[in-house]
Amino acid sequence: MSAKTSGAKIGTYQVIGTRPIRHDGVEKVTGRALYGADLQMAGLLHGRVLRSPHAHARILSIDASAALSMPGVKAVVTTADFPGSGNRVADLGEGTIKVRDLCANVLAGEKALYRGHAIAGVAATTPQVASEALKRIRVEYEVLPPVMDVLEAMKPGAPILQPDLRTEDLGEKGSTPTNVAKHLRFEKGDIAQGFREAERIFEEEFKTSMVHQGYIEPHNGTALWNPGGELTIWTSTQGAFTVRDQVATMLDVPVSRVKVVPMEIGGGFGGKIPVYLEPVAALLSRKTGRPVKLLMDRTEVFEGTGPTPGTVIRVKMGARKDGRITAAQAWLAYEAGAFAGSPVVCGMMCIFAPYDVAHQLIDGYDVLLNKPKTAPYRAPGATSAAFATETVLDQISEWAGIDPMKIRRLNGAKEGTRRVDGLVYPRIGYLETVEAACGHPHWTADIEKLPSPQAHTVSTKAHRANLLHGRGVASGFWFNIGLKSSCMASVNPDGTVCLVEGSTDIGGTRTSVAMQLAEVLGISAEDVKPQVVDTNTVGYTDVTGGSRVTFATGLAAIEAARQIERQMIDRAAALWEVKPGDVEVSRGCYRLRAGGKSLTFKELSGKLSDCGGPVVTQVTVDADKHGVGCGFATHVVDVEVDADTGKVTILRYTATQDVGKAIHPAYVEGQIQGGVAQGIGWALNEEYYYDLQGRMQNSSFLDYRMPTALDLPMIEAVLVEVPNPGHPFGVRGVGEVPIVPPPAAIANAISRAIGTRLRTLPMSPARVLEAILKRSR
Amino acid sequence: MKSHLTFELNGEATETFCEPRQSLLEVLRDELKLTGSKEGCNNGNCGACSVLLDGRVVNSCIVFGLEAQGRKVTTIEGLAEGGTLHPLQQKFLEHAALQCGICTPGFLVAAKALLDVHPHPTEAQARAWLAGNLCRCTGYDKIIRAVLDAAPSASGGK
Ligand code: FES
Ligand code: FES
Repeated sequence: MSAKTSGAKIGTYQVIGTRPIRHDGVEKVTGRALYGADLQMAGLLHGRVLRSPHAHARILSIDASAALSMPGVKAVVTTADFPGSGNRVADLGEGTIKVRDLCANVLAGEKALYRGHAIAGVAATTPQVASEALKRIRVEYEVLPPVMDVLEAMKPGAPILQPDLRTEDLGEKGSTPTNVAKHLRFEKGDIAQGFREAERIFEEEFKTSMVHQGYIEPHNGTALWNPGGELTIWTSTQGAFTVRDQVATMLDVPVSRVKVVPMEIGGGFGGKIPVYLEPVAALLSRKTGRPVKLLMDRTEVFEGTGPTPGTVIRVKMGARKDGRITAAQAWLAYEAGAFAGSPVVCGMMCIFAPYDVAHQLIDGYDVLLNKPKTAPYRAPGATSAAFATETVLDQISEWAGIDPMKIRRLNGAKEGTRRVDGLVYPRIGYLETVEAACGHPHWTADIEKLPSPQAHTVSTKAHRANLLHGRGVASGFWFNIGLKSSCMASVNPDGTVCLVEGSTDIGGTRTSVAMQLAEVLGISAEDVKPQVVDTNTVGYTDVTGGSRVTFATGLAAIEAARQIERQMIDRAAALWEVKPGDVEVSRGCYRLRAGGKSLTFKELSGKLSDCGGPVVTQVTVDADKHGVGCGFATHVVDVEVDADTGKVTILRYTATQDVGKAIHPAYVEGQIQGGVAQGIGWALNEEYYYDLQGRMQNSSFLDYRMPTALDLPMIEAVLVEVPNPGHPFGVRGVGEVPIVPPPAAIANAISRAIGTRLRTLPMSPARVLEAILKRSR
Repeated sequence: MKSHLTFELNGEATETFCEPRQSLLEVLRDELKLTGSKEGCNNGNCGACSVLLDGRVVNSCIVFGLEAQGRKVTTIEGLAEGGTLHPLQQKFLEHAALQCGICTPGFLVAAKALLDVHPHPTEAQARAWLAGNLCRCTGYDKIIRAVLDAAPSASGGK
């Protein structure tokens, strides 16, 4: 795992770039770290949620009397327990949303809009009693025909999910009922002109299936609404403040009445930003006066929480024989699920983002259908988009007879390129990722010589002739986000610093943020004591998502360190009875400029009570003002296709990525390796599989097949460092872009192996075999 | 009606009461408050609940608590000895083999079972033995490296 440096000069660092053991590590390897489900509390009630067995049904009545008469059952809640939402709208950071819709996803309103849609919540003395009680709640449904396919849902005459929905078509409201919530367009140049300049035009349609984030920890939520009206929520979430704001909005109480305590979180990838159980637990607690804990099982996670949409994407690209792309047009339809709000706009921003194409036209549609309301999943919307573009680019590369790396060099975006949505790139490192991939031994290795021992993937000799090999390349883009972060820091007399932050730590960010504070102060990473706290204890902090924490909360920590350093200079000056200007500091050593006196950070910390008392600071940043660094990646993959079965095995995988500056390289590599693994699952196995009635058929980890250790090789992460000018150390977000290239890279590799292309995900054995058989006919 | 259950848990004689329908995972987490073993699926497909039952790795979510009657159970809480981390725990930390950490207890227990049988596993053996444990965060790369790196010290140089 090599680290390359290019672009602007990077200073030499003492902490940044090292690999300290994470601060919360021991707790997590000894089983002591407390996740939401681990919470114990005196008098705790246990809740369960009743869910719709139908994909689309009118709820005629709910009768909970039989359940309520069971011993041990304490309360039942339904959507009627939400305070009258009327037509209230709220802005929770992603534009305005109807409060009624928020509530109706958490507990269904007039209709159940997808199988697994929550209908009622029960609180009882044990989880077993609560489960029994669910069976005694009588719900009368009028079953309606579901619509499960995005193209079907767009047609006139399709079953309508929400009768009052009207299309917002390029800013204008439609007049007839529809499932199309939005039509958006991005434009640049003159698309007709671009196609006139082309020597050949490629036009293809791609389909991808709904997939789930697949975090191993199911959702949980515990609430205590005390009689004084103070509500406390304990939950595993990507954003304690977003839980607070969502819950307060739905329950129509001031945010100051809601305290959210973030527990450790067992994965999220975007899926633990929306709330599901928390408001239900709160309503149950209000009714019972006791703390109520709700947990989901795995089927509920699949059926009742937000996956990422299935899509239909049409891409049309014009190219010249010299490899230049002259025009790029796309049409994207994304499944929003039962309520508006798919990430189609992100897909539109990302679809051609790695390329400098003068003429572009992109249309996107946000479409409702009877599936769970989608939620973000790692680079939301971008993976499906890249699957389309990068496949067509590969076709162009084959047609023009130009090497895949060279065609990217020819067309790649760089500083100054204007993205279709208007942004002009500052310094970016896309082409550097292409160079890193091109210069990597993987790119030139002989694919017939298996690079590493793959004993578990090698088949019998007789079989070997039918094992076809191919190498594929694809690139990916994610814009990354900034948003707001706060932290507090205080100096302890032993020279350590407590760092209190609002960013829940989903993969080592306590450490990557602490390291930035340590670097500025000239102390060790271990001498920072990071802690993630509740919403009453730290300033507002946005979600852990969008690849923002190491960047944005890092900026807050850097500023906190600078403020501490200034205070420490003042204290040293007071101690030595000189002016602050007479004190200088470097790497944590405070010196009298005139010479003669010096104190280390640690020594000075021990004397603070003699020169003014404790040193404490708090900071909040709006990171977007600093300049978010875009993320680019280029991946190379070798596959083996078994022509008898259609099974695809990943033989070797190399991912190059512009990470700006890797604060803790091991966790940066980890983000890349994890993203790639998810991308491989998305490419080869994962999909929501529905029957005609809209019932998910594979809602367990046995049938929804995520990659295991046996399915994957080592994944080589190559860190390319082109510093982000918007961050003092050059940090760019790294978490999301690694999931973007894999399906396209694997599709391109499969095409090289079998000589025909797949344009539908997942590329399961059946689909690959079908392609092979069609080819030989 | 609860039944009486006695077994050896992490080297200590332990007794509790549980309902016959409760899984070993529920007994550990809900009755004995040992929450280190995690629930990811509750149907034997993710390995987050892995414990050793008489030295063999099992998914405790699909074993009844009463099946542990008179037997030895080792959980993640029993891995470190006398305040010292097990070499696997140490190597997981050094290799950054965890991100969210929810799968980590299960992986450590399963990896211990592997090293007990194969003190010097190959990469392929490690991947096969750990195929019952899902990790969604790491792509397994660093987990496998940590396990292979822990092998020499875990076997005491044998
Ligand atoms: S919780 Fe036991 S295998 Fe998943
Ligand atoms: S570290 Fe998150 S599931 Fe493995």
